[in-house]
Amino acid sequence: MPISLTNEMMRSIIMDHSSNPSNKRTPSSNDYESIHMHSDNCIDDLNIYLKIENNLVVDACFDGIACTISLSSTDIMCDLIKGKSKEKALYMIEQYNHMMHEEPFDDEVLDEAIVFINTSKQAARIRCATIGWNAAENILKGKK
Amino acid sequence: MLDVKKIRKDFPMLDNKTMQGKPLVYLDNASTTFKPRSVIEAMNKYYLEMNANSHRGDYDLCYNMDMEVLATRKAIAKFINSDVNEVVFTSGDTEALNLVAYGYALKFLHKGDKILLSIEEHASNVLPWFRICELTGAEVIYVSLEKGRITLEGVKRAFNKDKNIKIVSLAHVGNVLGYEIPAKEIADVCHQNNAILVLDGAQSVPHMKTNFKELDADFLTFSAHKMCGPTGIGCLIGKYDLLQKMDTFHTGGGMNVTFKSSGEVIPLDAPSKFEAGTLNLSGIMGFKAAIEYLENIGLDNIHKHDQELFDYAISKLEGHDNILIYNKDARNGILSFNIKDVFAQDEATLLNSKGIAVRSGQHCAKMIDEVIGEPATVRMSTYLYTSKEDIDVFCENLINGGDILDAYFFN
Repeated sequence: MPISLTNEMMRSIIMDHSSNPSNKRTPSSNDYESIHMHSDNCIDDLNIYLKIENNLVVDACFDGIACTISLSSTDIMCDLIKGKSKEKALYMIEQYNHMMHEEPFDDEVLDEAIVFINTSKQAARIRCATIGWNAAENILKGKK
Repeated sequence: MLDVKKIRKDFPMLDNKTMQGKPLVYLDNASTTFKPRSVIEAMNKYYLEMNANSHRGDYDLCYNMDMEVLATRKAIAKFINSDVNEVVFTSGDTEALNLVAYGYALKFLHKGDKILLSIEEHASNVLPWFRICELTGAEVIYVSLEKGRITLEGVKRAFNKDKNIKIVSLAHVGNVLGYEIPAKEIADVCHQNNAILVLDGAQSVPHMKTNFKELDADFLTFSAHKMCGPTGIGCLIGKYDLLQKMDTFHTGGGMNVTFKSSGEVIPLDAPSKFEAGTLNLSGIMGFKAAIEYLENIGLDNIHKHDQELFDYAISKLEGHDNILIYNKDARNGILSFNIKDVFAQDEATLLNSKGIAVRSGQHCAKMIDEVIGEPATVRMSTYLYTSKEDIDVFCENLINGGDILDAYFFN
């Protein structure tokens, strides 16, 4: 993903994922690992589901209530994490968190998630932009 | 009309403060309020000139501190029209409500008794009661609402249906929709039915003249920080016989006459028996300064100012169909709204990017979605230093809207 995305492109990517989140669904089978996350300063109240086979994330989805930023960031996280090994997924999440806190990060692995680069301008929403990502990290690290 | 320009000069937080590079427009006064210089100075005076404990020494500094604590207690009693010994210092409204729950309800409630609340109550007026129900076998029931309002008829119906209601605990003014309840009439109905009324005054006491004796509520709670005072201090006002009858909640130094190795403890009389440990003395000095500040301006004037600003905001926002207002007729300094198809938190973030501080969400009243049918609202709340210009900026930003993502991309 080139970092030269224009603001307009970034905005439309966020809006696309929040108005039509393709990964917002409840899994029909019970072979997913899940975690519930909620926020104390936003209404975000989400379940994140990962299906992991042979160290590989083969599916990711979520359900619940969320604001625009948490909805779109979680949806993008689900898109990006699918097909990644646990290690690659964790590396991506780590880089995303660096970006959130305005620390140096490896933009190569963030792909579309780069659209959240401005979140720190609205510091109260960092929690929203990371809630799904933190959930995935917790599942991958076996923390429940 | 208040001289807002003059009032604003008293508040360091209103001295050219900016947020997101824009002049700060602070409209979250239902959450907490700014402090005038006199309050900050009174708090500093404790640390700079008066530092001593109260009730614990034979020297002048200590005596002077005792006098300061008494002076604040007297100031509160006069402000709220209670007796001096009916004023119990707490860390705030939340602790005051917990004190009634654990000190009174835990002692006097039994299995089968009912506690009447509304689904609009703040967490601090719900969760202590849930806990008491777990411990006693009592049960929480809810008054039926009419268009989001608690009415005398609703309370009467509850008593007609259920003879076991022992405690009614309601916000005098709701923190989401800002409606005032007919407290005096509700107190009468409670007493006719041998129940007590606990009035959560967090949103009423700072904004309107509140007369404890005239309202005839059994308990009244409020926090200093919502009325230009410090955080970490508030009070429980309780009828003296009830305070004497109820148990202590915290125990320790300063609340007992004596205790023996047998476990016997003789507590002091109210209010001291509830005030274990060293009090928030700097906070108590600031609390008195806050009351003096408000009394100097006049509670009736403050209430009128809130109402004028509310009416002014409504007049500007009316006719804009995308702005959904949930409490157009409340007129108590709290305006709850949503922008059509915009999530409350997203709207609040957009307003933050314009320098406007409002609150979004459920405002700690987590059952409010059952009243308004929305998971969250944006809440704008005013106080004595809120100017018409603040309301202008707020309304213009609501009317002209803007994309919620502007908050991230246009700064």
